[in-house]
Amino acid sequence: MPLTPVLTKRFGTNQPWKIANYEGLDGYAALRKALTMQPNEVISVVKDATVRGRGGAGFPAGMKWQFIPQGDGKPHYVVVNADESEPGTCRDVPLMMNDPHSVLEGVIIACYAVRAEHAFIYIRGEAVHAIRRMTRAVREAYERGYLGKDVLGRGVAVDVTVHGGAGAYICGEETALLDSLEGKRGQPRLKPPFPATNGLYDSPTVVNNVGSLASVPYIVLGGADWFRAMGPEGSPGPNVYQLSGRIVQPGQYEAPMGTTLRELLALAGGMSRGKELKFWTPGGASTPLFTRQHLDVPLDFDSVVKAGSINGTSAIMVFDEDDSVVHAVWKWTKFYEHESCGKCTPCREGTYWAAQILERILTRRGRPEDIDTLLDLGDNILGRAFCALGDGAVSPIASSIEYFRDEYEALVREPVGATA
Amino acid sequence: MTNFRTAVMQLERPGDPSVFGQDVRSAAAELVARYPAGQQRSALLPMLHLVQSEQGHVSPDGIAFCADFLGLTKAQVVAVVTFYTMFKRRPTGEYLVSVCTNTLCALMGGDEIYQSLSKTLGVGTDETTPDGMITLEHAECLAACDYAPVVTVNYEFFDNQGVESAEQLVAALRRGERPLPTRGAPLCSFKEIERQIAGFLDERPESLDAEATGTPTEIGVRLAIERGEGAPSYAVSRDGEPADPPEDKR
Repeated sequence: MPLTPVLTKRFGTNQPWKIANYEGLDGYAALRKALTMQPNEVISVVKDATVRGRGGAGFPAGMKWQFIPQGDGKPHYVVVNADESEPGTCRDVPLMMNDPHSVLEGVIIACYAVRAEHAFIYIRGEAVHAIRRMTRAVREAYERGYLGKDVLGRGVAVDVTVHGGAGAYICGEETALLDSLEGKRGQPRLKPPFPATNGLYDSPTVVNNVGSLASVPYIVLGGADWFRAMGPEGSPGPNVYQLSGRIVQPGQYEAPMGTTLRELLALAGGMSRGKELKFWTPGGASTPLFTRQHLDVPLDFDSVVKAGSINGTSAIMVFDEDDSVVHAVWKWTKFYEHESCGKCTPCREGTYWAAQILERILTRRGRPEDIDTLLDLGDNILGRAFCALGDGAVSPIASSIEYFRDEYEALVREPVGATA
Repeated sequence: MTNFRTAVMQLERPGDPSVFGQDVRSAAAELVARYPAGQQRSALLPMLHLVQSEQGHVSPDGIAFCADFLGLTKAQVVAVVTFYTMFKRRPTGEYLVSVCTNTLCALMGGDEIYQSLSKTLGVGTDETTPDGMITLEHAECLAACDYAPVVTVNYEFFDNQGVESAEQLVAALRRGERPLPTRGAPLCSFKEIERQIAGFLDERPESLDAEATGTPTEIGVRLAIERGEGAPSYAVSRDGEPADPPEDKR
């Protein structure tokens, strides 16, 4: 599998965040081209390319655009989900810090396609340098006529507001993000209705992830077939795999969808401590763990599901045989407990109790039935929580018990003080 | 997430919106103007960052100011304040030191870093040193896993930290020095960074053009160039006319 830098291709070039440098590297050529097309044609190209949502859910971005009712007399909005906070995920923040205009160009094209005159870029509050870069990019784009009441003299109006969040993982859930953007507690909404009809300010709204939108300019320039030439049929395109953990060279490896961890590890120089790979996440903490037996699973949306997990954000965290899986899962569970918004009982109570049980097991106060209690608890959260946060919380617990039950059993068997 | 006790305490004192001067009112008006007419509540999160930038935390005064300015009840504002981690309910130090202790960073050294700093500073999470210099907190994933373990100071990245480097960083901060972040802008105070998060750009060129890259960010591109690999190419037209069909160089 060759490396195929597209979103990451300007990284390391001369200050790519400055508009003149961006323009020198094909920047805003896609917007110029899109403005010569009909909005529906733009939607078709993105739909034909089958850009599946890079934020983790994998829903085709073009479909979201097509769902926006036209001629309804309501204002339409484009909202960028730049609240990157899924553990392990580190693609959108570096992208906004290094190549903010590519994101912005995608946003402007999306606005033109769905006939939105106002877009909001909701950036996680802690990502200050990303906020800084996007804010300046927006200012530069106004100065050059890419934004404003008459974009490039084509009679199209697009305004963009950069909005900083305030530290809440749940705001990565699209409807929680919309509530947060409306100045409320970031709690998810009941769906349906979906944002496409009742989104921001109860108006038709497209919510897309940073990586999905940043792909749009390249698709407009290269065409749907160009995009689909990379990766498998149902889940194509270049994909930024973010590798971290016990490997020699962590980082951003952009390769076609469907690349395997074995191939990625070869690029990353292998394991870092001379130890064997033990467990890893294919797409962030919310995706069921994989093990050594999954080294050859093609990492794309469909293949990963077939192998029992989720492609998610392609955040690959790698752990080796010296890492305790129970300890790792306890830490993740504490995270979900902290970030549960409290709206629904299964998630709020379930994550709290799961963390208690895991802590008990880790401190050798566990009972043999605790392992099945954890699984039972998971069954009562999975599919019963209000949003995907609850499902995500169950993923590391259930999958770690599936693959490493012996490790849990050893901890439960050994009484306090048996080992250090 | 809700800290009920704090929420009740905040309502016990009415708060005085008039402690904020005309400059803050103008800034708040500027924030409100960024949202569609009639949707001024959208400016609440930025406004809370704004009042935090004035006082170093969201005080009853800040709550009263936001409620007053946006036509909300104080209860509505408190409900929002208590939901979000970044809104501090107690005075925050000159520097907010956040240590990522989510699983990946924690296992790679983040837990040791946090414990060491906590011992040295004599404070726990969300607590401030008596001299008002450092507030320590353990943070959730900061989207820099390829630079783990990560510490941020006023949200600027200090990558690939260890116990020793983190101790040196904090010691330098306490001496009044401002070490340069690995990625991101030169440090400013907590109040100043909060003003930026509220939506007011830091105009210093050294801040706007501060590098934000490193080997993990560039490794994929570097390897691709080294190996002569890349995505299929396509022709780009400069004048807005449709480009030629894409050529496949593979």
